[in-house]
Amino acid sequence: MKILVTAKRVEDPESKIKVKADGSGIVQEGLKYKINPFDEIAVEEGLRLAAKLGGEVVVVSIGAKEVQEQLRHALAMGATKAVWVNHAGALDPMSAAGLLKAVIDREKPDLAILGKQSIDDDQNQTGQYLAEWLGWSQATFASKPESLESDAEKAKTPAIQVAADGKSAQVVREVDNGLTTLSVKLPAIVTTDLRLNLPRYASLPGIMKAKNKPIEELTPATLGVDATPQVEVVKMSAPPPRKAGVKVGDVQELFTKLKNEAKVI
Amino acid sequence: MSTVLIVAEAQPDGHLRKATLHALAAGKDLSQKTGAPLHLAVLAEDPAKLAEQLKPYGAAVIHTVASPAFAHYVAESFAPAVAALASSIGADFVGTAATAQGRDLMPRVAARLKAAMASDVLAFSGSGTDVTFTRPMWAGSVIADVKLKTPVKVFTVRATEFSAAEPGGAAAEVKAFPAPGEVTGSPTQFVAFNEVKSARPELTEASIVVSGGRGTKGDFKEIEALADELGAAVGASRAVCDAGWVPNDLQVGQTGKVVAPKLYIAAGISGAIQHLAGMKGSKVIVAINKDPEAPIFQVADYGIVADLFKVLPELRAAIHSSKS
Repeated sequence: MKILVTAKRVEDPESKIKVKADGSGIVQEGLKYKINPFDEIAVEEGLRLAAKLGGEVVVVSIGAKEVQEQLRHALAMGATKAVWVNHAGALDPMSAAGLLKAVIDREKPDLAILGKQSIDDDQNQTGQYLAEWLGWSQATFASKPESLESDAEKAKTPAIQVAADGKSAQVVREVDNGLTTLSVKLPAIVTTDLRLNLPRYASLPGIMKAKNKPIEELTPATLGVDATPQVEVVKMSAPPPRKAGVKVGDVQELFTKLKNEAKVI
Repeated sequence: MSTVLIVAEAQPDGHLRKATLHALAAGKDLSQKTGAPLHLAVLAEDPAKLAEQLKPYGAAVIHTVASPAFAHYVAESFAPAVAALASSIGADFVGTAATAQGRDLMPRVAARLKAAMASDVLAFSGSGTDVTFTRPMWAGSVIADVKLKTPVKVFTVRATEFSAAEPGGAAAEVKAFPAPGEVTGSPTQFVAFNEVKSARPELTEASIVVSGGRGTKGDFKEIEALADELGAAVGASRAVCDAGWVPNDLQVGQTGKVVAPKLYIAAGISGAIQHLAGMKGSKVIVAINKDPEAPIFQVADYGIVADLFKVLPELRAAIHSSKS
């Protein structure tokens, strides 16, 4: 089975994001970058499926040369090969989906797994655009009924259930008020939610091996894709601050304030 | 003529989802700013009842689309119908609430319409077709004004940012729109829905939320008891859900539910950025934590540095005795 996964480069989710004074973007100094956490879960799920069913995992990233760090990270986790779409300009979900479609047309995977959203623009759109343009099934927000501390998770069992004939797969999705199970026809697009799995760490031998794994370089031009974004960010600002609160000494004071001052109980 | 098209959403049991009324309010706001009339789409196996219920909520026209394929929601069946309807009525703006269904469906609709999309919209500004969408980025650490450069513009709205539409005013005209053939050809089949049943109000729709974090060590009895005393919903931090202590759908945060109740009580929650993104729109925030340095205190209106297992029963007793 050939599985394609994505590895977007994003700001470390633990970093404090500050807006530039002129609203033109965020302050980049001092920021660390990582693979998008939802994409890391996609890589992990791809590796688990490949381990169970046999096959290869191809990891794709779009961006300037720095994104090779994220590709190497996925290769160190165990991906077979990497595709780097060398593109320095701004991206939006439509242009990312257009580029990924062109890569998928070349690679012809049986399944593509993407993070449900990237933690920078938080749009949660790329997988769905991609599925529609490919005419494929989609299963967004893939999850599993077992917790991340369950035995199934410790055994690194893949949550996506591929049918014996390889023509379909069952995916459990996290939705409002519960879990939905879908049967998707393969090839399909799956996007990952947080509780699908706990991604593995890259081992030292994995990191050494990754240095010799191939990274194929492509560009929007070689893929024949116009990557001009259609979502234009006009201005960024910091959210309005909450006014400073007070610390109360005991529960009675808390109760009195909630009842008489805030009038919420 | 240009129109604003809002897509209604039913719960799995067929009842209207409250989030639809918030999406309608957002649609009304956009309709006033753009001068484009507000239309509503209702897709269901039998949409008549929902359409009848939605008539007094301010849409000029309600389009019903009926198909046995809509018995259970799947994007591959719903998207062709919404896109065909949007094209047929010349909709320039197509949106819905940012529920799990809305997030799954609308990018697929946008892809069919070759439209750019803004997710989780907090506000609209501008006039005519020149509209700016205000939306969060980096888990709400940044608020961005964005423009969509395609002729058709697709969006989801954060329901808590728009007060629910109220009934009153002229009844909408109801029109049937034929479901395109594609709705029955979905390569994706619905298999099952496992609902997490609860007697408490739904998290995103509750006026009071009591949430527990790692400080509970998985013991939610006091959280639940206070919630029941207040008629509140129960929430949780990501750590608690990941550990399997409570169901996933209780998670409040950027990666879970975004809530904005009138009162949010955070017990034993440190206040990671991703949790704050899900609750800092609440009107009044109470933080209960043993660690005086916990970041949750920076957003709390009222903080108490103490053990939640001591505070929660005392608070519940005080509320209980004030009632009697």
